[in-house]
Amino acid sequence: MRAALIALRAVVAREALRFVHQRERFVAALVRPLVWLLVFAAGFRAALGLSITPPYQTYITYETYIVPGLLGMILLFNGMQSSLSLVYDREMGSMKVLLTAPLPRWWLLLAKLMGSTAISVLQAYVFLAIAAAFGIVLPLWGYVAALPALVLAGLMLGALGLALSSFIRQLENFAGVMNFVIFPMFFLSSALYPLWKMAESSELLHDICAANPFTHAVELIRFALYLDWNGWALLWTSLAMLAFGALALWGYDPARGMRRG
Amino acid sequence: MLRACLIALCAVSPAAADEIWVSNEKDDTISVIDIETLEVVRTIPVGARPRGITFSKDHSVLYLCASDDDAVQVIDPETGEILHDLPSGEDPEQFVLHPDDRHLYIANEDDAITTVVDTETRRVVAQIDVGIEPEGMAVSPDGKIAITTSETTNMAHWIDTGTQQLFANTLVDSRPRHAEFVKEGSELWVSSEIGGTVTVFDVATQAEKAKIDFEVQGVHPDRVQPVGFEFANGDSHAFVALGPSNHVAVVNAETYEVEDYILVGRRVWHMEFNRDRSLLFTTNGVSGDVTVIDVAAREPVKTIKVGRFPWGAAFRPTD
Repeated sequence: MRAALIALRAVVAREALRFVHQRERFVAALVRPLVWLLVFAAGFRAALGLSITPPYQTYITYETYIVPGLLGMILLFNGMQSSLSLVYDREMGSMKVLLTAPLPRWWLLLAKLMGSTAISVLQAYVFLAIAAAFGIVLPLWGYVAALPALVLAGLMLGALGLALSSFIRQLENFAGVMNFVIFPMFFLSSALYPLWKMAESSELLHDICAANPFTHAVELIRFALYLDWNGWALLWTSLAMLAFGALALWGYDPARGMRRG
Repeated sequence: MLRACLIALCAVSPAAADEIWVSNEKDDTISVIDIETLEVVRTIPVGARPRGITFSKDHSVLYLCASDDDAVQVIDPETGEILHDLPSGEDPEQFVLHPDDRHLYIANEDDAITTVVDTETRRVVAQIDVGIEPEGMAVSPDGKIAITTSETTNMAHWIDTGTQQLFANTLVDSRPRHAEFVKEGSELWVSSEIGGTVTVFDVATQAEKAKIDFEVQGVHPDRVQPVGFEFANGDSHAFVALGPSNHVAVVNAETYEVEDYILVGRRVWHMEFNRDRSLLFTTNGVSGDVTVIDVAAREPVKTIKVGRFPWGAAFRPTD
């Protein structure tokens, strides 16, 4: 038990160190959603208001709509980033040291997942603070209620990153992750447009978006920010987290042997 | 936003479930909103194309301009029953009840006439020739001056209610829509829909005192069309509906500066306060709903679906 905690502390501390030492990465992770918020959303007929969909009670500007989606974006990119760092660890050999620790594999992976999620959530709150400084203020208790939603969504996307990292052999292949995971997940979701808007252009597109676990993560965060409850989003995000977690465990299963490039 | 909502809900005392009555121009109905639950609790069928809506001083009857029926309908607010019609001249659009609680001053849009009707004898007392397409109506708090604004002539016509004669005409910007006396009748505000301005007059001299311009960020100036407006407690601030810009402007009534813009539904037209003026209800014509604004926070709290093309709104206390 003590060993497990030491391992947890070590993995989380390493994750935190990496975060502290790579300030550019922190800034970059914030600049991305801020550009979307302040440039993209501003030019998007924002002023006349979007139709009312739950959890909103009245008309909202596009900037307000896009905030939960951008929080999701932060979590998604961080999940992938930590996956990237695992691939790097594998190439450098430090992963071997970690995985040979006399502790269950699932515990080591969970420690890694918790470490990266904690940092994702921290960044999400920094983003919320900057958005508030630009006048996009949410209900006060919404900031508190969003915490469990952000953690769950962060774990789900982190687990996806873990699962991917077990199948990516080389650092160079990470560009593929950008193209085939991050972009489709982000754009084919309710992050940028409400689902009914998607249905206007194509039913198929709507169905794809509705099946995307990232959509549910974003909706879970959106409802939580407005102190509302979305059971479906919670269910789908949890199921996706379990599925991705299981996939990661299978990918890193010692019995299968590490897949090495 | 939800915090604002909670504050707003607390501000409404639970004992008085007051109501906001909204005239739906295209549905020929009135939607009654319960201020406590912020839900439509009754829908009342009325005459064709209901627009101007106001209660008698004791709120025992409702007066309603049924424009396409060429009548002002008198309605029992308890039962929703139409008691009788008042003669109104053709196409009544807006009206105002004189402080004597007896005479209605009605703008007849198609006839270029202002009709004065005695609600007790149900007779037309006077018809006053004004500019083309009269619309906005106001009576000074002392009851001595009535104002009609004419959409096409672009004037505010000043009527002496003693003689029922015009005594002054003042030019305003294009298509004046609404007029209100404020600050104990010392100022007259007139909104100009196409001109995109609100003109403030000194009532004693009928001279223009100030002109207020509006600019909603990200909205083309053509869409910024001031229509209805109402004043907060103590006439400190005006809330001005800006039509298809989907915003309500908050204007400081001392400095005549716009302080805030509040996002509401599509083509916001008129508005009404609750009892203590903590909540403001705006009628959004195109989106067919009413947005509730928390006046202190200057934030929209909720938007409530009503009938098609809500036009006017009136407050009714229920105790």
